[in-house]
Amino acid sequence: MTKGMSRIDGRLKVTGAARYSAEFTPAGMVYGVLVGSTITKGSIRLIDTKAAERAPGVLKVITWLNSPKIAGYQVEHGKPEPAKGTYKLFYNNKILFNGQPIAVVVADSFERALFAASLVKAQYNADPHHTNLRDNAAKAFAPEGDGTTKRGTEDAWKTAPVKLEQEYIIPSEVHSPMELHAIIAKWDAEDKLTVWTKTQGVQDTRDGIAGIFKLPKENIQVNSKFVGGAFGSALQVWPHEVAAILAAKAVKRPVKLLLGRADMFTSVGYRPYTWQKIGIGATADGKLVGITHEAIGQTSTYEDFNEGPIGVSRSTYACPNVNTIYKLAALDIGSPTWMRGPGEATGAFALESALDELSYELKIDPIELRMKNYASTDPESGKPFSSKFLDEAYKLGAEGINWKDRNAKPASVTKDGWMVGYGMGGGMFGAYRDKAAAKAILMADGTLIIQTAVSDIGPGTGTAMVTIAAGVMGIPADKIRFDMGDSSLPLAPSQGGSATTATVGSAVYQACTDLKEKFQKLIGNGGTDHPDYAAILKQHSLPKLEVTVESSGGTERDKYAFYSWSVHFIKVLVHPATGVVKVDRAVCVADSGSIVSPKTARSQIVGGAIGGIGMALMEETVIDHRYGNIVNNNFADYHVPVNADIPQIEALFVNKPDPHINPMGAKGMGEIALIGMAAAVANAVYNATGKRVRELPITPDKLVGMDLELS
Amino acid sequence: MKQFQYTRALTQQSAIEAIAKPGTKIIAGGTNLIDLMKRGVTAPDKLVDINHLPLKNITATKTGLHIGALALNSVVSENSLVLQKQPLLSMALKAGASPQLRNMATVGGNMMQRTRCSYFYDTTMPCNKRAPGTGCGAMEGINRMHAIFGTSDQCIAVNPSDMSVGLAALDAVAIIAGKKGERRIPFTEFHRLPGDHPELDNHLAAGEMIVGVEIPDNNFAKNSYYLKVRDRQSYAFALVSVAAALEISNGTIKNARLAMGGVAHKPWRLFDAEKALIGKPATEDSFKQAAQIAMQGAKGYQYNSFKLKLAPATITEALKHAAGLA
Ligand SMILES: Cc1cc2nc3c(=O)[nH]c(=O)nc-3n(C[C@H](O)[C@H](O)[C@H](O)COP(=O)(O)OP(=O)(O)OC[C@H]3O[C@@H](n4cnc5c(N)ncnc54)[C@H](O)[C@@H]3O)c2cc1C
Ligand code: SF4
Repeated sequence: MTKGMSRIDGRLKVTGAARYSAEFTPAGMVYGVLVGSTITKGSIRLIDTKAAERAPGVLKVITWLNSPKIAGYQVEHGKPEPAKGTYKLFYNNKILFNGQPIAVVVADSFERALFAASLVKAQYNADPHHTNLRDNAAKAFAPEGDGTTKRGTEDAWKTAPVKLEQEYIIPSEVHSPMELHAIIAKWDAEDKLTVWTKTQGVQDTRDGIAGIFKLPKENIQVNSKFVGGAFGSALQVWPHEVAAILAAKAVKRPVKLLLGRADMFTSVGYRPYTWQKIGIGATADGKLVGITHEAIGQTSTYEDFNEGPIGVSRSTYACPNVNTIYKLAALDIGSPTWMRGPGEATGAFALESALDELSYELKIDPIELRMKNYASTDPESGKPFSSKFLDEAYKLGAEGINWKDRNAKPASVTKDGWMVGYGMGGGMFGAYRDKAAAKAILMADGTLIIQTAVSDIGPGTGTAMVTIAAGVMGIPADKIRFDMGDSSLPLAPSQGGSATTATVGSAVYQACTDLKEKFQKLIGNGGTDHPDYAAILKQHSLPKLEVTVESSGGTERDKYAFYSWSVHFIKVLVHPATGVVKVDRAVCVADSGSIVSPKTARSQIVGGAIGGIGMALMEETVIDHRYGNIVNNNFADYHVPVNADIPQIEALFVNKPDPHINPMGAKGMGEIALIGMAAAVANAVYNATGKRVRELPITPDKLVGMDLELS
Repeated sequence: MKQFQYTRALTQQSAIEAIAKPGTKIIAGGTNLIDLMKRGVTAPDKLVDINHLPLKNITATKTGLHIGALALNSVVSENSLVLQKQPLLSMALKAGASPQLRNMATVGGNMMQRTRCSYFYDTTMPCNKRAPGTGCGAMEGINRMHAIFGTSDQCIAVNPSDMSVGLAALDAVAIIAGKKGERRIPFTEFHRLPGDHPELDNHLAAGEMIVGVEIPDNNFAKNSYYLKVRDRQSYAFALVSVAAALEISNGTIKNARLAMGGVAHKPWRLFDAEKALIGKPATEDSFKQAAQIAMQGAKGYQYNSFKLKLAPATITEALKHAAGLA
């Protein structure tokens, strides 16, 4: 059993006492249900809402025809409509993607709203649509920002003695959190709003709503104390949230709007389908000569979503010549968004597969190849890394999986009729530290209250924060209360980019350190390291003592390159006749600085690894391009791993502090838990079968089609 | 969702009377029917709940095993008589759905479950099965899960049941009751091929209900196996599944039963392959030959041609397991 504190909210979650966004019932609450477009591109010719309006219990049907004007959508008089931006709900009659909301129906019960929604009938003028990236790759364009870059000589890989060029494809994936997105919107006054919504950042959601509805930030209260997984799907204000807020105003009652599982495929983003090509070359002894990494990702027609999948090729290995080309193909689909390991997870599938292919060409062990090209300083910026112990991670992982049992010759080992293979793949992700504030209050009874507006989408942020506070203050965890998920609390960024522990943890650490110092000052010289806080308060007749601090990174961020690193080791069994792949063992190692909260860190790694196995073996959003609709928009047809697919996952940590990032020495690990995993599985499948699957997911049909046999 | 009536039938007679009225449907476990109602694929005026009828028993008769139509999938799969006499059925049941669903699903409901073709479920799409004459969305669409045997130009859907594949292999008989009394149909003739009437899944007439199934005793218990190949290890419909039952004496196959799932509009019994196995040694070579015979007449579509390779491979594997060779 991993040592460390168990989840502080574990009991609440398993007993159902934790209340999620959909589980509040303000007085007078009614229910909103969205109607989605059944065409993919064009315009609404006619929308008939009469039957819905007449249906029992219906209070209101809002469409583009009668929608109140949304202040933030309006273009300044005389100015042209911007070509790109975010999607504007009920703004006009244009249809930009299949499933786009065309109406919201509000009724006095969920069932009645759902029924009435089925009565809204639209007629469309359909235009030809494009949803297939492969058919539209030629029209792809270079987005603003990170994309086309060059270090050293362009296409230098072509001059290398050993080289290869291959294409890799990842399909679009959806986040699929257990908890559906939901919002309850309640107007407290004409210009005052309270919402309970699923979000990764209550304050960013507050600011987003303020921008859309042109309200003062301080008039908006956002609550999101518990989030049942989000993986990046709750980092922005989505149309359904706008619909609920709009509807609540229109009917003058609180409105609850809950997305269905099918809506989760069209309404809250996804990981974009991405085509990649890597050219990579090395000297005969395995020194990288050059990498060319090209990628085309999908985006919508109304927004350029740039997740920079090519970045991994620039900073992972010490390679003198790297050039990247990144383009977007604008398709008639809703916008993609961040999904766990955004960019890097996609890029690492290509890069780490290509490196594996190269290792077989060179006949060099994949770990050795990586060590030969180990970057000790950031090859891109030339700066030293704040810390990097990836070499130790390789060793830990190789021992953990028994790498020495791997046969370098593919398709050469079987056990009980199954082909056996080993593979590895690495991940990297920027180790960020933003600005955050925290308030620490020591109460008369000796309880410590920590407050900050952070969200906890599942990693166990509360547990980590309490662990940090307990460590600094010397107070047992059960005497610490952690308040979060409330936009009125001290500043915190959204939970994303693996930055929460490093950022908010630093603020908590600082607040507790300062609070402790305040007590030390009260005691004077005779201070101890473990003061009796309650006694001191009593002695000084104080009801409580509190401090609020704001904390952020400083100039160290200019001096060092900050990254977290991971490496995944996989053993697979592949059935030669049926093409079924079973992950037999997974050993995942993180080099992410000090581990603040061992138990929740372990479950972060396990969760990320499962996400990576899903990406490798089964997840895929399937579109029928004739219609532009998603055909597998439910959990029977869109497969995520179930228990039977997942072996015991071993999570190992280098656990060495990063001396520069923050007082705890802790870097993020949410993303690196997944990044590189899909390649590790694909590489293991190659080792087992001698067949390389370059288009995910690796389903039985693909392997059966490759005629597996022992070499 | 449209408003509907709900009544509880307390006798088989009253259930049969109730379902005689058009627009009336039986509800058993509800695990398929409720989904179809939610999606608007079916919209009955009236539901007759048959869960209180005495049709749950599993009993040994002189010639076989009788299983009531309301016996739960989970109960049947764990029943000692089933495990002892017809382990293949237990294996097939356990390969289906999830424990939660099997705890609700009934034998009758499982036989009647409808295809999982996504165009059938999506009421904005063409589908001859759901809305005759509208066309088949899958024919030139996403047909990875679809049939390779017995298709028509109207429909290429598969029957998704695992249990039915086991029952088809085991020569089961479906017992059906209607106004005129009871009748028995061989299980292999219970489900239909799509032909010109893809809207019909089976030969149950209007006003009839399933009351049970019977499996004749056999000598297959020792050498049977259900192999289901799917996209994940549990809780996924079959890409291809095979029910294999052998009677082996001194290394020679005396008798064989084979049926496939995930390949046709009905559980696909492989009579010719079975015949070819009889008298042959129980070896991988014999199994491969039988698998080749089984594939005669198979036809792939854009996304499911892999089944032309996967199906014979799965037959061979299932037979190897049944014979104790894998
Ligand atoms: C997510 C999911 C995954 C699944 N995976 C699998 C799988 O892998 N393999 C598999 O085999 N199945 C699978 N199933 C299907 C499941 O087995 C069926 O839903 C179940 O067997 C239906 O039984 P029921 O009693 O709930 O039927 P109900 O839903 O109650 O009824 C289904 C139909 O049968 C009719 N009916 C019920 N009883 C009778 C009767 N006695 N006589 C005449 N008509 C009757 C009803 O009118 C209705 O039309 C899955 C289902 C779901 C939801
Ligand atoms: S295969 Fe059958 S069920 Fe599927 S769309 Fe065609 S007609 Fe409908």
